[in-house]
Amino acid sequence: MGLLDKEFSDGNIVIAKVDDLFNWARLSSVWQLGFGLACCAIEMMATSMSHYDFDRFGVIPRNTPRQADAIIISGTVTLKMALRIKRLYEQMPEPKYIISMGSCANCGGPYWEHGYHVLKGIDRVIPVDVYVPGCPPRPEALLEGLLKLQGKIRNESLRKKSA
Amino acid sequence: MKSAEEIFQILKIEFGNSILGLDKDTPTEPIISVDPLQIHRVSKFLRDNPDLQFDSLMCLSGVDDANGNKVKNADGDELIEGGTLSVYYNLHSVSLKHKISLKVSTSRTEPKVESVENIWKSANWHEREAFDLLGIFFLNHPDLRRILMPYDWDEFTTEVSRHPLKKDYKNPEFYQGMKVPY
Amino acid sequence: MALKTEHMVLNMGPQHPSTHGVLRLELEIEGELVKKVTPHLGYLHRCFEKHAEAMQYNQVVPYTDRLDYLAAIGNNFGYALAVEKLLGIEVPERVEYIRVIMAELQRIASHLVAIGSNGADIGALTPFLYLFRDREHILSIIEETCGARMLYNYIWIGGLSHDIHPDFVRKTKEFCNYFKPTIVELDNLLSYNKIFIERTANIGVLPVDTAINFGSSGPTLRGSGIKFDLRRDDPYSIYDRFDFEIPVGKGLMGIVGDCWDRYYVRIREMEQSLRIIEQAIDHIPEGDVQSAIPKRIKPPKGTVYKRVENPRGELGYFIISDGTVNPFRVKVRAPSFVNLEVLGELCKGYLVADVIAILGSIDIVLGEVDR
Repeated sequence: MGLLDKEFSDGNIVIAKVDDLFNWARLSSVWQLGFGLACCAIEMMATSMSHYDFDRFGVIPRNTPRQADAIIISGTVTLKMALRIKRLYEQMPEPKYIISMGSCANCGGPYWEHGYHVLKGIDRVIPVDVYVPGCPPRPEALLEGLLKLQGKIRNESLRKKSA
Repeated sequence: MKSAEEIFQILKIEFGNSILGLDKDTPTEPIISVDPLQIHRVSKFLRDNPDLQFDSLMCLSGVDDANGNKVKNADGDELIEGGTLSVYYNLHSVSLKHKISLKVSTSRTEPKVESVENIWKSANWHEREAFDLLGIFFLNHPDLRRILMPYDWDEFTTEVSRHPLKKDYKNPEFYQGMKVPY
Repeated sequence: MALKTEHMVLNMGPQHPSTHGVLRLELEIEGELVKKVTPHLGYLHRCFEKHAEAMQYNQVVPYTDRLDYLAAIGNNFGYALAVEKLLGIEVPERVEYIRVIMAELQRIASHLVAIGSNGADIGALTPFLYLFRDREHILSIIEETCGARMLYNYIWIGGLSHDIHPDFVRKTKEFCNYFKPTIVELDNLLSYNKIFIERTANIGVLPVDTAINFGSSGPTLRGSGIKFDLRRDDPYSIYDRFDFEIPVGKGLMGIVGDCWDRYYVRIREMEQSLRIIEQAIDHIPEGDVQSAIPKRIKPPKGTVYKRVENPRGELGYFIISDGTVNPFRVKVRAPSFVNLEVLGELCKGYLVADVIAILGSIDIVLGEVDR
């Protein structure tokens, strides 16, 4: 804030497009739903912890869907769980974003062929914004996924949601 | 500490014809075959006899032996008719440090095995799992429900897709509107 | 006339910050007191056993990684031992030593997450951050050797996927020296923390006979005061060559077998793992780690049940071979699956908040519970 304080010490008006302001606010505080599914959840935890520090991008785990902006689908989605994830997604307020983390959530991963109880891709149930490949993805990969999501939010418009 | 041979002799004297045999091929671990409707009595004896003291059930596994005849049904699915389903019990004594495996075989069409839940509590979930994945009924089990698959799985499936670990299992097309195959 | 009241049913999970994954607990409560706990499983049922039947023996190894994803090496280890027993092959000394060192490093890494999340669940977030920092050291050592951070596919049937990195010995020694003071720090930070003791001592007491009857194993059983560790009681690999103690719950802060005892056993186990690593690290013989890997794995007909001591307890593989290249049946006796069963007994009569502490002290991994 140092720069802003000095620059604007006499005045208190900043002119910006409403779109830019909203997008800036949204992308710099993506609160994720604190919710892990499988192996990838451990990497997600590792990302939030000391070594990688998710917090510096404004990502904080929230434990209720009603206060969350994004879900990171971290792991294998089973048929039994898919219904619950759908419900969690429906409880979240707009705008909401989904990061699909790891091969299992993307397409079934190693369980695609014989996984009689595995949903082959979370996008069969809810829409996905960013896919992060890997089994499990490294924390760096998840961070890049988040940056991609932020880039996506940056180009959004209030009038029309970008594709 | 007793060897499998000694344990088999003790059981044979106590239960006679309920003990069906001892299989000790290498590398097979020795396995004692037991009548599925006598397994409760045998297990209770194994736990309570001071020379045996099998106080812990390490593992209980249901197995589809797939030894029946292969037939094709009207939809062209290959099914197995006849044959057996088996349950293996791996027992261990914490105090005497010996081990033994038991096996029961039951018919595939009407798989019924006595539950050992009130002897070893750890059998409860293992038996539920065998029921869930293989459809083996455990008589006198207090809570025989599905455990891993959804409770309403039966509503969305047909006979061939009810118990996934059976060797002739076929995926259902949909479950609750979600496509199951890739 | 007495007022008739009904029990309230409270659902915990599958999305809950401290159910260690996707477990759903149905709590029947009277006021704040828990009357009955019914766990509902299967939200992460990934069909391991079906996959094992469809794959060849060596192709199953990556799937075993994903059972207990916090202790992947331990899972590989058990599976490899079971198939090796079926095949009747001996592995070279070098492989045995590297396997043991890796398994013990993994045990420390796994306990770090267990302890950290147990603390974090009941309010102590700081140790969690510290422990994840230390875990990264172990992960980087293993990563340097086999290229993966979590799911290694490292121990193959008859050998290893890679030989150790030239820097491995030095780095592991460095880690041992670094980690010893950290355990003392952790003791001061969490073990003897008054609030933590209040939350865990005398809570969720597991009597010995109940533990055995329910088939509990690992720290859950040892917390109740039984010296039972498969590394000593049913030795596999080369564990009989090393000198180590088996820490058990002694009831230092309350009754024997409470949550604190189970927690404390894990901390003392990490020290013993360090001891094993230090004994083994200087004696790794020279050799080829892949010389004993069979070209084609086709075991004779037979069944085998092999169990190893995983960080969470007794991990058993029950394998039936029908003489072909695919296993006929693989059943995993997962320690978390069996340990979780006792939860209903443990929680009776305690407060709702204690359920979290008890669940954390059992330390389950849902990948292994549901398989």
